[in-house]
Amino acid sequence: MLNNLLLSLPFMTESRADLVINAFWPMVEAAVLVSIPLAIASFIIGMIIAVGVALIRITPVNGLIHRIALVLVKIYISIIRGTPMLVQISVVFYGLPAIGIFIDPIPAAIIGFSLNIGAYASETVRAAISSVPKGQWEAGYTIGMNYIQTFRRIIAPQAFRVAVPPLSNTFIGLFKDTSLASVVTVTEMFRVAQQVANMSYDFLPVYIEAGLVYWCFCWILFFVQARLEKRMARYVAR
Amino acid sequence: MIKVRNIHKSFGDNTILRGIDLDITKGEVVVILGPSGSGKTTFLRCLNALEMPEQGIIEFDNANPLSINFAAKPSKKDILALRRKSGMVFQNYNLFPHKTALENVMEGPVQVQGKPAPQARQEALDLLKKVGLSDKADWYPFQLSGGQQQRVGIARALALQPELMLFDEPTSALDPELVQDVLDTMKSLAKEGWTMVVVTHEIKFALDVADLVIVMDGGVIVEQGSPQQLFDNPQHERTKAFLHRLRSH
Repeated sequence: MLNNLLLSLPFMTESRADLVINAFWPMVEAAVLVSIPLAIASFIIGMIIAVGVALIRITPVNGLIHRIALVLVKIYISIIRGTPMLVQISVVFYGLPAIGIFIDPIPAAIIGFSLNIGAYASETVRAAISSVPKGQWEAGYTIGMNYIQTFRRIIAPQAFRVAVPPLSNTFIGLFKDTSLASVVTVTEMFRVAQQVANMSYDFLPVYIEAGLVYWCFCWILFFVQARLEKRMARYVAR
Repeated sequence: MIKVRNIHKSFGDNTILRGIDLDITKGEVVVILGPSGSGKTTFLRCLNALEMPEQGIIEFDNANPLSINFAAKPSKKDILALRRKSGMVFQNYNLFPHKTALENVMEGPVQVQGKPAPQARQEALDLLKKVGLSDKADWYPFQLSGGQQQRVGIARALALQPELMLFDEPTSALDPELVQDVLDTMKSLAKEGWTMVVVTHEIKFALDVADLVIVMDGGVIVEQGSPQQLFDNPQHERTKAFLHRLRSH
């Protein structure tokens, strides 16, 4: 029945329908087992970097170490924003062995993606933290909280609400960009699609199928984002 | 007794405070009056180091004595200790918008003092009752009127049992019909014996409640005394002019 349904599509033949059907589960499997975990791990590490970088940039400068950290952070952001992600993960995987550093494909991809997300999201996080009124910091201080308590309990939750839409974008972008990991031999979803397509020399149906699978997973992410935004809006006047 | 000596504060080239001295006795209500720009709010914010004076000394001599010399760059630990001695009520409330009224009041006792949540919860409910908001415990700040938000702000500050309560123009942002509720709440605190420093323009409040009234202008204390002394028989020209302007409203 599925075959018949597929055959009703334009440019579809028996062999193409078989190809599409046979490629489907391996692709979904690679997405669930590799692409999504890759995106989640990179996003978590990237967010830790981003919050650290944002705090370095946002707190009033105190002392020499802070000054040095500020310069390093600016160089880091400039390099990451100024070079393609493909180049970054290629350097980590293909470049570093030249100086004796060997990293497996998946860790290499995670390192590359995390550094990338860290730099981009730090701008989002910085803006979100800045959007919380100064009086909120002061209110935290006057009930006896220190800097870290105030940040964690008072500022971060309010900043998070502001950051949900742009960070959702970042995460959705990252999920799709995990396809770049195919370049460093990670068998994520798109690499599976490539392998199937290469065997058959019939690229169009499998690549379109890969796009559709990405799209379906993104729908889930769109949905999660909408739920999150709704939940965060419960304390905001409409 | 709280001793404040020689507080100096400037923002860049702009000198705001030029040496303020003040003694606050336990249970006393001090009201600070003065034209805008006189430095009264800045002075209040120096008392809990929200603004860092360049020099000056603050001393608490009681059960937990604390002495801070601002000229000698006090440590973070000392600043934290100073802040934990006072509670502050802000002009624009500064409630935590992501927490309910009850959670706002519980936050300090649970997070800072490490009280068990059930106990903090009960005490917070008692405080909300005291400020007349028992029925609003689970409401978020955006669902409350300005006057209600400010009373939650007072309860939040009281929850930590501070030695000193600071009020920074607590009624200035309120609609006129909401001012009285907040003033009444503050009056009852004064009766209970809380030590309070209040920056305000509410001259009647000063007259009814204050033990000591201070008039500031140009970063110095121009005149101080009991409310009767000050309002009936002001000595200084600047005090007379200021009081005249206040009364003509």
